[in-house]
Amino acid sequence: MKRIALLGMPNTGKSTLFNRISGASARVGNWPGITVDLMSAKILIGGHIAELIDLPGIYDLHGFSEDEQVVRHFLSSNAVDLVIVLLNSSQIDRQLSLVLQIKKLNIPSVLALNMADEAKQSGITIDTESLANALHIPVLSISAKYGDGLPKALQAATQIINQNQAATDPKVISELLQEDHQIEHEMENLIQHHVQIPTTFTNNTTDKIDKILLHKWLGLPIFFAAMFILFQFIFTVGKPLQDGLAWVFSLFRSSLLDPVFTSSPVWLSGLMLDGVYNGIATVAAFVPIIVLFFLVMSMVEDSGYLSRAAFLMDSLMAKMGLDGRGFVMMLMGFGCNVPALMGTRIMRSRPMRLLTMLVIPLSLCSARLQVFIFIITALFTVKHAPLVLFTLYVMSFLTMFLTAILFQGQYKNAEPFILELPPYRFPTLRQIVLRGWHEVKHFLVRASKFIMIGVVLVWALTNFPSNVPPASASTYAGQIGALFAPILDPLGINNQLAIALIFGFVAKEIVVGALAVIYGMQGDALMMHMATQIDWVQAMSFMLFTLIYTPCLSTIATLKSEAKSSTFMWLSITWSLGLAWVVSFVFYQSARWLGY
Amino acid sequence: MQLLTQLKIGQNAIITAIEADEYLFHRLSALGFRVGKPLSIIRRANFNGPLHVRLGTTDVILRDAEASRIRINAAI
Repeated sequence: MKRIALLGMPNTGKSTLFNRISGASARVGNWPGITVDLMSAKILIGGHIAELIDLPGIYDLHGFSEDEQVVRHFLSSNAVDLVIVLLNSSQIDRQLSLVLQIKKLNIPSVLALNMADEAKQSGITIDTESLANALHIPVLSISAKYGDGLPKALQAATQIINQNQAATDPKVISELLQEDHQIEHEMENLIQHHVQIPTTFTNNTTDKIDKILLHKWLGLPIFFAAMFILFQFIFTVGKPLQDGLAWVFSLFRSSLLDPVFTSSPVWLSGLMLDGVYNGIATVAAFVPIIVLFFLVMSMVEDSGYLSRAAFLMDSLMAKMGLDGRGFVMMLMGFGCNVPALMGTRIMRSRPMRLLTMLVIPLSLCSARLQVFIFIITALFTVKHAPLVLFTLYVMSFLTMFLTAILFQGQYKNAEPFILELPPYRFPTLRQIVLRGWHEVKHFLVRASKFIMIGVVLVWALTNFPSNVPPASASTYAGQIGALFAPILDPLGINNQLAIALIFGFVAKEIVVGALAVIYGMQGDALMMHMATQIDWVQAMSFMLFTLIYTPCLSTIATLKSEAKSSTFMWLSITWSLGLAWVVSFVFYQSARWLGY
Repeated sequence: MQLLTQLKIGQNAIITAIEADEYLFHRLSALGFRVGKPLSIIRRANFNGPLHVRLGTTDVILRDAEASRIRINAAI
């Protein structure tokens, strides 16, 4: 099968082009010679089925970053029949170097000049015919966003493939991948002869918007306001979807599943319904909010606003060993840790990425918020409630900053901080959806396993031995809770709350439901009962512990998968458990000592 | 001859030299920073934050650590 590689610099709309050509059929896969997974898709091109591979966006084939090495290793280990090099037409004066580097490898190529619409608007004209003659490869002008010029480009690609040129032996390529200083002069020459760039070039719209969004004093407040509005949007749209799904799932259970299992032994119906089905329903409950977060994150990134936010926050972040983009991820973590962790992929420096991923799970996500609102309502007066919640948010930020400062020596970032500020681009709905779809699919497959196992395990622990009341002190969960008593008593966390913590390990959203099972009542009755069982000091200690101790299983699964390291996952878990214990201990003991 | 970090907001200049290790040199080059190229400073972030620099059709933000590797001649 013919193999086509798609290559381009960052911010050239490569993923838009890839998605357009491959639709939703792309899948992530492994390749010889490299340790990173790449997206690929089978496409029909001129009567052949060919494999299209999306190589990482790189600045320089001879560069030293991880992505650049990946591309070199890929080309040296896999025979490629065609390379489509994608450039941003408006920036051809610096990007042409990439196609010249590819040419030196003697791989058949096609040059696609993307964002033709933007170049036209700025008055940049490229004589594609004469450039093609000078380069001896087809040069096509396209707009991946709108689909212009694609048929012609694919036609050119087909022609090259059909020529059946022998693909350059990959081994030869590694020899050819050597420095060539001539490329600069070549590029200058080509640009001079075939490209016209107006001498004064300003993108008026982007500049006008930046005057506001990057304003010396308004910029940051606007950023925070924008984030707040986005969060509000996600919850306003997501909550009804969540409720709807929950209703469907419980309807399905009561009308179809319960009757089926009435005659089964208790343990089987319990396992299937309260265990497995509950697990599926829990995963399903995540999906609407997480999908929305992914979509919003993609939009913030693709529109160009992410780079602006990075610009505004970088000086503060740099002091902690992070960078400006890390701040946006951290903020996203306040909605849901999972898309935030996956968003760190844009950071090409591994140490920086790991440090950011260590910090993100400490953010007060929306699931934790649900637990806190419940407990605060039960145990604090209306006057004190906002203060308590605010304190918890502050604690979240403090633990994040503390973690960054403490670990920045361990994860020293060597990569220079140079970020492009692309012009503002409003992604099409199609782009957003396709991009969101791929990420979510990946996450669901990965997280579902963990969550299912976790929920079934929790069900088993709280329902065996089977002759005792569920979730009571005599079940295995209760016994485990009792086992931890020496560690949890100094924190003011009693046996019942300890059992709730075990549930919270799977997902924070089930903690409130777990408390209902533990105390045997729900809603207002539960709140009133809890107020008699624990005092506000214990409640605060419990909330501090819940905030920090571990994120949910989906987050841990994502952390492991994104970092590709179990060691890192354990480091994260151990650190947050330890930190949670210390914080709760200091709070609880100090409060008691002060007489509260 | 000055460093890029010494250029004022809104000022134009030409790059005269880039003193950087190979990695940084390649990265800067790929983003359009080459000897002889004109550039200008658009703005600087608060609290000694990064510089917003424009070279031709590319806008870039970079910290002082990297900007100080670039020598320029300010246009009068």
